Amino acid sequence: MTDVTQELPIVVEPPPPATAGPLGWLRANLFSNVFNTILTILAAALLAVTIPPIIRWALFDAIWTAPNSRACRGAGACWAFIHEKLRFILFGTFPYEEQWRPLLAVVIFIALIVASCDRRLWGRSLAFLWLLGLVAVGVLMWGGIFGLSFVGNQLWSGLPLTLILAVVGMAFAFPLAILLALGRRSQLPAVRTICVAYIELIRGVPLITVLFMASVMLPLFLPAGMTIDKLLRAQVAIILFAAAYLAEVVRGGLQAIPKGQIEAADALGLTYWQRTRRIVLPQALALVIPPLVNTFIGTFKDTTLVIIIGLFDLLGTINAALNDANWRGTSTEAYIFAAAIYFCFCFFMSRYSQMLEREFNKGRRQ
Amino acid sequence: MPTDTIPRPTRPSPWRNPAVRSMVVQVLFVAAVLALGAFLVHNTVVNLRRQNIAGGFGFLDREAAFGIGEALIAYTPADTYARAFLVGLLNTLYVAGLGVVLATILGTVMGIARLSRNWLVSKLAQIYVETFRNIPLLLQLFFWWGLLRETAPAPRLAWQPLPDVFVSNRGIAFAVPSPDPAYGWMALAFLVGLAATIGAFRWARQRQAQTGQQFPTGWIGLGLVVGLPLAMFLLSGAPLTLDRPEMKGFNFTGGHAVSPEFAALLLGLVIYSGTFIAEIVRAGILAVSWGQTEAAMALGLHPIQRMRLIVLPQALRVIIPPMTSQYLSLTKNSSLAVAIGYPDLVSVTNTMINQTGQAVEGIAMIMAVYLTISLIISALMNVYNRSVALVER
Repeated sequence: MTDVTQELPIVVEPPPPATAGPLGWLRANLFSNVFNTILTILAAALLAVTIPPIIRWALFDAIWTAPNSRACRGAGACWAFIHEKLRFILFGTFPYEEQWRPLLAVVIFIALIVASCDRRLWGRSLAFLWLLGLVAVGVLMWGGIFGLSFVGNQLWSGLPLTLILAVVGMAFAFPLAILLALGRRSQLPAVRTICVAYIELIRGVPLITVLFMASVMLPLFLPAGMTIDKLLRAQVAIILFAAAYLAEVVRGGLQAIPKGQIEAADALGLTYWQRTRRIVLPQALALVIPPLVNTFIGTFKDTTLVIIIGLFDLLGTINAALNDANWRGTSTEAYIFAAAIYFCFCFFMSRYSQMLEREFNKGRRQ
Repeated sequence: MPTDTIPRPTRPSPWRNPAVRSMVVQVLFVAAVLALGAFLVHNTVVNLRRQNIAGGFGFLDREAAFGIGEALIAYTPADTYARAFLVGLLNTLYVAGLGVVLATILGTVMGIARLSRNWLVSKLAQIYVETFRNIPLLLQLFFWWGLLRETAPAPRLAWQPLPDVFVSNRGIAFAVPSPDPAYGWMALAFLVGLAATIGAFRWARQRQAQTGQQFPTGWIGLGLVVGLPLAMFLLSGAPLTLDRPEMKGFNFTGGHAVSPEFAALLLGLVIYSGTFIAEIVRAGILAVSWGQTEAAMALGLHPIQRMRLIVLPQALRVIIPPMTSQYLSLTKNSSLAVAIGYPDLVSVTNTMINQTGQAVEGIAMIMAVYLTISLIISALMNVYNRSVALVER
């Protein structure tokens, strides 16, 4: 009987050169077949045609300082406009010497947003922090106490206005949205009908009509002699509008709560409000945090619409700066700058919401 | 028996009765809402009387006396407000309809590109989505408008990105085929081909149900829908003459020209909504698990059948509801036209309100139109959704 099992020396061979290393990566990701190769070549050609001129325009040929746009006419971008108008774009008509106040307000807002991203801080303390932050922002913007001079809110503009409209809008829309969502899920037909009608009405019309309504019709709605300023009108419109969208988000969370939870609460003898506050809402709201962040991003972008009713948010101050006769023809640069600011906020928040979604789904995946 | 020692429970107070309670709560709620409504209406009536503005829609018959830059139907300032409103409505529907079609195409291509195994293509699609989704639409509209209005050269020096396409600060002019009677016949041939294809589909499905034999309806249908108009085109002598835009005086004549406002609005709407549609399409395709494709392969279906019978019906089920809300928000977003001066429904009505002071009626009309559009689109999409939805017990 011969021994079939032979001791063979094990030779560790390197992988074929075309499947490993950078070359292998190129092959697998860019040139795996004919179609892919064609796509890669087309995309590379597109990039080769578009990217160099854009970089030349934005960096190498750009003019960084100039007294006006005529001195800035060249092959490249006129960033001198941003350089010249930066403070007006960011803080608008706020008194020049006092502009450290809106700057500090913006810093507080950003710090609050960053702090809210830390899940360890979620809870009562964070709400307290926000309340404190909003009071501080109000004191800084209005002034009138602590030796700060009073600045009327018709002078608020630029980035702080954008942030105030978005943050205050969300803060007030949220409780309203919870009530609307509970109303929509209510067993009382009259309450349900009215809530559904409100939500569907607001969601069925563009924000701009709600803003028009606030700016044109709100003064008509109020008793004679009672006036309401432009900023508050826009803020009310944003709150009413955001509440309808948020209500649908919250409803999504309410629907995801198993019926057993509600039955268990009933079995314990809790009343409707106890059950809602202690059992249903804590679970439902935790589920909908990622879509809540998305709604916040939407509201943040939507605040730009207030320029249509004559407020000067960030986009409004950009437009006002462009109206300067010395700086004609620089709209492309100005809008790219504004886009960069909006992008920073929205991109950061959307990435955060995607991350949260992944975290939340970790336990649910098999 | 000690039963009589247990006291009979007293009747609970009516307040403990859920039916009574819910009735009371509802009556109070409705009364509060009605009171608020009555308060607002009363104030409005008083304020309007003070400002000497007569309510009602009588103003619609008066002469509008303002010009509208772009109109799909004949309109002069001598026409009535009602006609001006109609012009605005048609402009809104026109830009929204075109926008929905183009955004769907762009979004679908980008959504599929993001899933591509080609690294470069999927990164490019991702950069497109992440960039344009995170910039407010209004800002994008201003950007495109500024680019077309300010940065673009005068017609004499117009950019020419493609042959016969001219971009200048007067808008975009491009070549279109000159009208020819043959095109009418081609349209008719297309409709006939479409009807024949639908007939063939029905017949083929019946035959397959009865005999199990398959019929290449896909190819036959393609042949009918494309071939018949093409045959008509060739039969009438291939009359393809282009109506090219040419410089005459200070602007282009001939071809088809769109204003910078329209071009900026359409471009902005399509690029912005395209990002959301791309994400919806991507999520829809990812939602169909790979096992489904493997099972289809195991059954011996070829790639087109696999796509048509297995993957697409399941992906559409996920895609359609969010797609509906995207179409709706595109339509609503077209109202931002007022900011760049395209005469859509909102901007025409805004002029109307400024001239007549009929703010309540004007805003009510805009809201009614958008609500109607919303209801119609969601009703249509619901019908379609029902046809692809999962049939459960």
